[in-house]
Amino acid sequence: MRKKNNPPIKPCKDKTMGHRTPLYDKHVESGAKMVDFGGWDMPIHYGSQIEEHHQVRRDAGMFDVSHMVVSDLKGESVRDFLKLLVANNVDKLKTKGRALYTCMLNSKGGVIDDLIVYYMDDAWFRIVSNAATHDKDLAWMSAAAKEFGGVTVSERPELAMIAVQGPNAREKVYAALGENLRESAGKLKPFHSVTIGELMIATTGYTGEDGFEIILPAKAAVFTWQMLAEVGVKPIGLGARDTLRLEAGMNLYGSDMDETTTPLESGLTWTVAFEPKERKFIGRDVLEKQQAAGVPRQLLGLVLEDKGVLRNHMKVFSPQGEGEITSGSFSPTLNQSIALARLPAGVATGQRVEVDVRGKRLAARVVKYPFVRNGKSCLES
Amino acid sequence: MSKTPNDLRYTRSHEWARRETDGSITVGITDHAQGLLGDMVFVELPKVGAKVEAGKECGVVESVKAASDVYAPIAGEILAVNTAVSDTPESVNQDAYAAWMFRIKPRNAADVDALLDAKAYEALVAAEQH
Repeated sequence: MRKKNNPPIKPCKDKTMGHRTPLYDKHVESGAKMVDFGGWDMPIHYGSQIEEHHQVRRDAGMFDVSHMVVSDLKGESVRDFLKLLVANNVDKLKTKGRALYTCMLNSKGGVIDDLIVYYMDDAWFRIVSNAATHDKDLAWMSAAAKEFGGVTVSERPELAMIAVQGPNAREKVYAALGENLRESAGKLKPFHSVTIGELMIATTGYTGEDGFEIILPAKAAVFTWQMLAEVGVKPIGLGARDTLRLEAGMNLYGSDMDETTTPLESGLTWTVAFEPKERKFIGRDVLEKQQAAGVPRQLLGLVLEDKGVLRNHMKVFSPQGEGEITSGSFSPTLNQSIALARLPAGVATGQRVEVDVRGKRLAARVVKYPFVRNGKSCLES
Repeated sequence: MSKTPNDLRYTRSHEWARRETDGSITVGITDHAQGLLGDMVFVELPKVGAKVEAGKECGVVESVKAASDVYAPIAGEILAVNTAVSDTPESVNQDAYAAWMFRIKPRNAADVDALLDAKAYEALVAAEQH
């Protein structure tokens, strides 16, 4: 039994090496299997990845996402700065607390990272970005801010982040952290947030379920985690986080897109605001050229019709040409293998393709994603 | 902690082997292996009657996380396969020693004695973890 395809997550050999979140001891106490993830010692699962996946789809689970990077951008002209820095348009954020998903592009239109921007105040926006891209993100943002002038970029390492997701997530958060939250956070539609004392509660997430992402002082993380555990919110590892986001059709940076791909080739055209035309965000000219010439590749969903499991980097064969799986796994909700794949232009949903699964050509159906939303299959049978 | 029954033999590639009273050898993957792989979602078994060579792949187990080959611990012929395991891959996680995968008629009956005993296998696992 030898591992064939090394997962991107490696077991941590040296326990002293990785960064630890304030919840590290809680994870170990709960029997988590810890792995290295972007330089952090993080829980991959606490026993069964599949059970944790179902827990989030059916009830409520919590994720320690304190490894993610919170940065505060401040200055009178911060909104104008962000209109250049990111491909989506922060002018969509009209009321305080609103959140926006966007890519940050390099001058070639490649994706440096995907992130969420929160409108905190007129001179203050907050960015939550990926852990693995920490250094290059900060370097890029800081250099751009310096060139723009009048905007400061500050990391907030003293903050932790806990995501509570699932159909019962909201109710359990009120039960654990106070009924008074129902009044303020209860009304939030998706991609909104509210700040209550030292808690920032946002209706964002990476699972395709209702719930909150809570940004809080690191020193309050253990207490908050315990309160949530006491009302029956189960801890969920990075393993289930990945299958949940894949079912939800959400991109993973480094797998589904990176600096060599544009958002248009990565299923993220909806996050690029080409209007108004005078907003010259970084990478815009390249995207416009690509769109005019015809985007050569697209991200589509695959459902494996044969038995087996689709994995990252497997080759896909279609009459329109070859493609590659960017995220492949087993869907616990659908009980079959699903994937996101970068395929040539012209491949259409409903079409059948073949995938090279460890030397065998297996049949897969091209589908629209998400595969699962709010616990239900989105596939047309 | 993973279990390592004393009455079984083991391979460096994490299969277990048991000599049956009729001289055949039953094979599965170890508890340590299932723990490493995590939740199983797919098991591919060899065909009955297939000739297998020691150390050559003759099956596949896939967890949510990764795919792994299963190797024949000894040379011989496949006498039987456990389709209950391919129907319910999670049975490997529940009890790796009950979830046998295939049975081999050994080419040389003594081959199984050359495999690792429980103590040697535990030492191998301990060494891999450091």
